[in-house]
Amino acid sequence: MKAAQKESLAFNSIRLVTYFIVIVVGYLLFDILLKGVPTISWEFITGLPRKSGAEGGIYPAIIGTIYLVFGALIFAIPLGMGSAIYLSEYAMQGRLNRYIRLAIITLAGVPSIVFGLFGLGLFVLFFGFGASILAGSLTLAFMILPTIIVSSEEALQAVPMGLREASLALGATQWQTVYKSVLPFALPGMFTGSILGIGRAAGETAPILLTVAAFFLPRLPKSIFDQVMALPYHLYVLATQHPDTVKVLPMQYGTALVLIVIVVFFNLTAIILRNKFRKKIKW
Amino acid sequence: MNTWQDKAIKTILVGSASTSILIVFLIFVFLGKEAFPFIWDPGFFELWQSRWIPVSFQEEVFGLLPLISGSLLVTGLATLLMIPFGVFGAIYIAEIGSETERSFLKPFIEILAGIPSVVIGFFGLVVLSPIIKTMFGLNTGLTALTGAILLALMAVPTVITVSEDAIQSVPRAYREASLALGANRLQTIFRIIVPAALPGIIAAIMLGMGRVIGETMAVLMVTGNAARMTLNPFDSVRTMTATIAAEMGEVAFGSHHYQALFWVGIFLLLMTFGLNLIAQRVLRKYQMR
Repeated sequence: MKAAQKESLAFNSIRLVTYFIVIVVGYLLFDILLKGVPTISWEFITGLPRKSGAEGGIYPAIIGTIYLVFGALIFAIPLGMGSAIYLSEYAMQGRLNRYIRLAIITLAGVPSIVFGLFGLGLFVLFFGFGASILAGSLTLAFMILPTIIVSSEEALQAVPMGLREASLALGATQWQTVYKSVLPFALPGMFTGSILGIGRAAGETAPILLTVAAFFLPRLPKSIFDQVMALPYHLYVLATQHPDTVKVLPMQYGTALVLIVIVVFFNLTAIILRNKFRKKIKW
Repeated sequence: MNTWQDKAIKTILVGSASTSILIVFLIFVFLGKEAFPFIWDPGFFELWQSRWIPVSFQEEVFGLLPLISGSLLVTGLATLLMIPFGVFGAIYIAEIGSETERSFLKPFIEILAGIPSVVIGFFGLVVLSPIIKTMFGLNTGLTALTGAILLALMAVPTVITVSEDAIQSVPRAYREASLALGANRLQTIFRIIVPAALPGIIAAIMLGMGRVIGETMAVLMVTGNAARMTLNPFDSVRTMTATIAAEMGEVAFGSHHYQALFWVGIFLLLMTFGLNLIAQRVLRKYQMR
């Protein structure tokens, strides 16, 4: 076989392997879209579940997910952005910086179920929050913290050094420099990290399994110490714990579709925004 | 401008940045705190048995070995599957595909990375496991292999992204020198670029393994959850993560079973911690980030 033939054969095989992934994922998305759409109705989105989820809607699960994601962001955004500003603007190197980075990498690798155990041990039991929105939000917040820190830092690094130097040369303090010359340009990019965090928090099941989730609770929560239903957990319960999983298959597909639309929407937004800011920040 | 304000703000920033250290510390403390009493009663060595029978009228046995072997079997299979797809995918995106293909494939891979594991598990349950069942003529499609396929799918984005960074970080001069000497693109890729990027690719695979071993929902839904020691991909297995997720809801707080589940969590944490640490070392040493 000639070298050129060999090359094109190899390239085509590699192309085939790559597009095989695309086909599998495409099939997954298409399957859920196709079988999920017939279930979607006004009642499904805004109604309360009946007969342990076999009929009715998923409204409490949607609301529960929104509460949890919102709660997680309240804790994770200030912490994450503060960390990123410190790492990028105040301490370029040094021992503390190294330890913080090691901690962030470690945190990013902690399995989600271990976060669940941690949340159970610390928030549910030790702090006595019980299985509640508060305990779940805090657990999710720490899980998405590395995502927010890493992408916020990337946005801060993209601001040219010259802006900082000019500001400092004019006699501005470190914080004035950060606040007036760096943050205005970095902030949009920093928020894309939070949007990625939304996608991740909305889809996670394992941590909320141990810290919030209610099996079947056809009402809305009254306080942050209440349990809630959540979309991913609802899907898990319908698919594996329900006495008649075949009969509730349409409900499963409908829930999966709503969940995937929410998650993909936020991830896609973050990707598009990020690409836009990456282009724009070339000075 | 008053400097006390600057100092106050710096303190707040140091505080928020140090939270990560605090959380890592607290994770170890609280896992340890709940697991610790097991060491004295019934004893640390009780964890090293080959049976996991947490609920029984006669004798409860908390041997972690079947759970660890379940996790290792699924992780091993998933690794075998994710290596070709992840590495070839990265090579294709970085070296072979056109610019248009890149601009479509990269976001697509990111979307895949974002699909919730419970949705992948659901897909595995209703679509993949019936296929596995009929294809191999099994009694059930809920096997270690089914879980491994889903996990490979979930880890592929990690492997592709990190490998691609490693391939991109190979200096241009290597490529040009090889092509100038008359090597074609295929030879350049497999004899020059891939060997030069190999540490990064290995780190990528390790990060993928870390993701696989810690993944919970997909394996919980499709591996059948039979706690047994086996090397057969067509057997049902129960992984460490699935055990925690399935049993923690029904356990009495403070019981031996409860403590044993926290031990499972500790070993899980140590495994992923080790894999991540080595992978990050490799990446930093070879400047592939």
